[in-house]
Amino acid sequence: MKIEILGTGCAKCKKTKEAIEKVLKENGKEAEVVKVEDFETILNYGVMITPAVVVDGEVKIAGKVPNEEDIREWVA
Amino acid sequence: MTDIFYPFQWIADKLTYELFGINPETHLAASVNFIIYDVLKIFFLLSVMIFAISYIRTYITPEKTRKVLGGKKGLRYHLMASLIGTVSPFCSCSSVPLFIGFVEAGVPLGVTFSFLITSPLVNEAAVAVLWATLGFKATAIYVVSGIVLGVFGGYLIGVLKLEKYVEEFVYKIKVGNTAVGQENLSVKERAGTAFEGVKEIVGKVWIYVIIGVSIGGIFHGYAPEGILAKYAGEDNLFAVPIAVILGVPLYSNVMGMIPVVESLIGKGLPIGTSLAFLMSVTAVSFPEMIILKKVLKKELIAIFVSIVAASIIFTGYLFNILL
Repeated sequence: MKIEILGTGCAKCKKTKEAIEKVLKENGKEAEVVKVEDFETILNYGVMITPAVVVDGEVKIAGKVPNEEDIREWVA
Repeated sequence: MTDIFYPFQWIADKLTYELFGINPETHLAASVNFIIYDVLKIFFLLSVMIFAISYIRTYITPEKTRKVLGGKKGLRYHLMASLIGTVSPFCSCSSVPLFIGFVEAGVPLGVTFSFLITSPLVNEAAVAVLWATLGFKATAIYVVSGIVLGVFGGYLIGVLKLEKYVEEFVYKIKVGNTAVGQENLSVKERAGTAFEGVKEIVGKVWIYVIIGVSIGGIFHGYAPEGILAKYAGEDNLFAVPIAVILGVPLYSNVMGMIPVVESLIGKGLPIGTSLAFLMSVTAVSFPEMIILKKVLKKELIAIFVSIVAASIIFTGYLFNILL
């Protein structure tokens, strides 16, 4: 599984990454977590408000830090 | 008319004079009472306001906004962009993707700027704190000025035809379609999102509010009456521009600045000068300029800052004369 975190390095993007890594660890799941900071890629996904999370090419959330429940659903 | 905030004053009085037993005649009592009253009122209004706006916001997505404004010219659309700006979330880290998204959808540069100017200027947290401290009238003036500023500033940028000062790569980016829909949310889901908004913003600004109210409270209790009327009153023509220049580096602390300004007004700082100062704190910030530099050439940034700063100074003088 590939999880991309879209955002240009604001505090919320960091929180998003931490939340995702925490849920992955708790559930013993493996995934490639990458941060995407380049505007072109972010906009190609149609995202205008960051942070956003893309799981295997599908935008799951944009504009806010996901809660753990959401993340658990995505990685299940 | 009874003051709807009377219960907060009652609590502040009880705590200051009875629980803490401070003599009401003292400077200390004035400061402590000011701090308690302000903190209660600010956090109450902050929560209510953020909840309401976050709820409305679940209906307004950037995708919809850029579709509505795409290819539209005319003052009407500047007004619309500016109004959408008032309820849009603003994190300076989103300003570039939003800017590109708007341009790509064919939203004229001037209309985009109407959005970009009003959005940080009129945000629900600042409005709540303003309302709690300076009252409804000053807040209404601030909000209306913020919208007029966005409409006027964006319109001017549109008239000046500055498209050539946007970095070329912006026009080449293709914006994809997102599937994240907020279209079919239930009331409960919208309320949940709104509640999270309250938690997030209050969690971020409370410390600035407390610091600001404490500084304001000390000033309120101990500074001599009318001290600012003497040095920064309406007859001092330099006061407004100086206030605007001072406001620029203080960008992130507007929540803390507002209670301080409240106490300054109490000591005679004119309302126009005060509002101009707060507008410059929110509207023009270095970090945002640095971020926008990625998509705008420096000429356009300079024009943008000059128009906004000049309009704020004008607004300051105007309300010093009118009020």
